[in-house]
Order: sequence, then C-alpha cells, then structure tokens
Amino acid sequence: MALVKITVDETLIQAEEGKNLLQVCLENQIYIPNLCYLEGMGEPPASCRLCLVEIDGVDGPVTACTTKVGQGMVVRTDSDLVRELQRSALRLLLSSHRVDCAHCEANKKCALQDIARFLGVGLKPKGLDQILKEPDCDDSHPHLSYYPNRCVLCGRCIYVCKREHPLAMLSFAKRGFDTVVSLYGASLTKDLPCVTCSLCVDICPVGALLRKS
Amino acid sequence: MHNIESNNTLENKPCSDKGEGPAASEEEVIAARTKEILARFPHKRSSLIPILQAIQERLGYIDGISMEAVASHLGLALVEVYGVATFYNQFRFHPPGRHQIKVCLGTACHVRGGGIILENFERKLDIKSGETTSDREFSLDSVACVGCCALAPVAVIDEEIKGHMMPSKVEGIILGFELEKEKQAREKHDPGENGDQG
Repeated sequence: MALVKITVDETLIQAEEGKNLLQVCLENQIYIPNLCYLEGMGEPPASCRLCLVEIDGVDGPVTACTTKVGQGMVVRTDSDLVRELQRSALRLLLSSHRVDCAHCEANKKCALQDIARFLGVGLKPKGLDQILKEPDCDDSHPHLSYYPNRCVLCGRCIYVCKREHPLAMLSFAKRGFDTVVSLYGASLTKDLPCVTCSLCVDICPVGALLRKS
Repeated sequence: MHNIESNNTLENKPCSDKGEGPAASEEEVIAARTKEILARFPHKRSSLIPILQAIQERLGYIDGISMEAVASHLGLALVEVYGVATFYNQFRFHPPGRHQIKVCLGTACHVRGGGIILENFERKLDIKSGETTSDREFSLDSVACVGCCALAPVAVIDEEIKGHMMPSKVEGIILGFELEKEKQAREKHDPGENGDQG
C-alpha cells in the first residue's frame, strides 16, 4: 500500500495510506487514550469516546480509531477541546465505576487509573452521581466472575471471544444504564471453551472479568 | 437493575407446581410450543426477533428453555439470543401472573410519585418490576403512559384503571385479591356449606 505523510502534533509521520489513525499514532509513540480499540479490528466500535483528535479541515473532533490516514492529514491529539472531551468521557465512565482500587485485582495495572493520571482527572469525580449496578458480582459462570461495577463496557472481551470461538460465551445484555456483559447460559453449555481459554480475562483493561480460583 | 438476578432465575427451570395435569410438565409444554413456532421460521439470523415475538405471543414470556431452542435453531450463541432479547423492553422473562399489575411511570405519574407506588408494590409482593411472584398470583411491570394523566399516579390492575394511587391503596388492592382467593378456596373445599347458608 502507498505510503503517505501526515503531521501529528507537529511531528511528520510516514504511514500506510488508509491505515487506522489511532494505530499509526500509537506505533509512533504518540499516546492517545483509548479503551475499546484492539489492533486488527475491522470496524472498531468507537464506544469509549476517548481517542478523540482534531483534524484540519474536518468538522469537530473525531475518533481516531475510525479514521483512516490520508496524504497530508494534519492531526492534533492534545488540543484543549480534545482534552476537555476526553476528561468528560472519563468522568462519565468513573461515575458508574466502583472506585475501590485497594480491593481490586487490577490495581496498578488498570487502564482507568492510567488514563485518569494521563488526563489529570481524579478517580472520584465531583458533580456526578454514582450509578452502580446490583448485584456487585455475577458468579453464574463456572470459571469466571464478572464485576459490572468495574466494567467499562468497552466490549473487548466480547470481541476476542467471538473471534476465537464460533459460539461466543459473552455478549452485551440489557441496555442503557443497565447494560452489562452477560455470561448467560454457561452452566447449560457442554464443552465450555472457558475451561482452557482466558482471553477475555487477559484482555480486560480493568479487572472486571476474573478467573475463579 | 436486577439483571443478573433474573439471569439466575432464568436458568432455573420454571416451577411446575401448578398441577397442569399429568400429561406434560410445564417444561415439556414450553419446549413443544417453541418447537412448533421454530418450524415456521427459516434458519436465518434475521428471524431472531420475529421468533422471539412469536414465542412471547404464544407463551406470554420467553423462557430459558425457549432461548436455548432458538439459539440452536439459528446456530447462534445462547448468550447472544439472551443479549438481543434483554435489549428490548417488549420481552418478558417471567410468566405473567394471574393478576397483572402495571404501574405507570409516564411524566405525569412520575411527577406525582409513580415511582413510590411501584416501590410499594415491589415491597408488598417481594418481587422487582418485571417479575412474577413465586405462586404466579401477581406479576408487576412498569409502563410508560396509559393515557389518563389527570388521574396520576395510575396503576392498571388486570385492565382496570386505578387512579390517584396511594400506598394505602396498594395494600388494599393486594388484600382484596388475597381475600377473594381465600373465599374461592373455601367454596371449592366445602361447596355444601355455601349451599346451607344460601
């Protein structure tokens, strides 16, 4: 594929034309906060609303994960507008997150902590109500535990499960504030792939899915 | 909010203590009817929602047994069928009760305390909105607007509108049904006594 030149934060970068902008930036050590993107995704869900960038000639900030690079593209990843939107998106995520890092398995290797530090957002944002789900843990799966109040609903676990297994064991269920990742039916399934597969646990950015010990 | 709880209830096979006759257990009836419905639909993913609608129309709700059959008919993951079904408000996951209680949470009823009325029913019946009591007497749901906002807050009990609801009326309604049931049970057990009195 043809190589094109783009400018990201005043740095000139060479990249394959049509390649994912978020991927290009990350590979060139330009960090853009992101939660739901994984390399190799055909159509990134763009659901975390964190990888926003501004592009010259394009109206308003756009998600980098759904933007393809083109010749002469001029990108800003750190404008005030972008940062403000990212902080808002993160605060909203934290408003439905049980911030109890001391008792969380993901403590110190948690994407939310990293992004909050990067954006300078406190983990307990003021001015937003906490909306938590009941119960705190779904233990219905024989091998996995799911913590809805840690989950950021990025969908990575569902993506890798669908990619690896013809019949996925994970899916989003319900909607709106009630949305959860569901493990429904695992106890009814013969030859459960989860006996040997831990992809969803490994890919979770926050420790919402854990293997039962 | 009680998604995962209902998750678990769904996996429990429904109780068949209703005495539907020795011919077939409730599970068998659900499986047979689901099978009849599935026979009408092609094995295509696009049939998923029409199938779920047909099942709900026939059985009144979508049971775990039905979802398993749908998943294998369409070659989909069971969790995916569950995900689609739970996304839509139109699908129920508990059998409708003998008496159906719907509490309006439309704008007018919301302002006039419809949420408190719903909470009262939840506490009194010990179920959450969308569920059915274990004896299948009552099912409880919230609805958007029933079109008589002047009577807010409103509850609809078995198609009958109850306006200007109050917590005390919640008690009264349920007590009324319980008394009626007791009376019927007495008449059933001892029909002679009634005749003597009359």
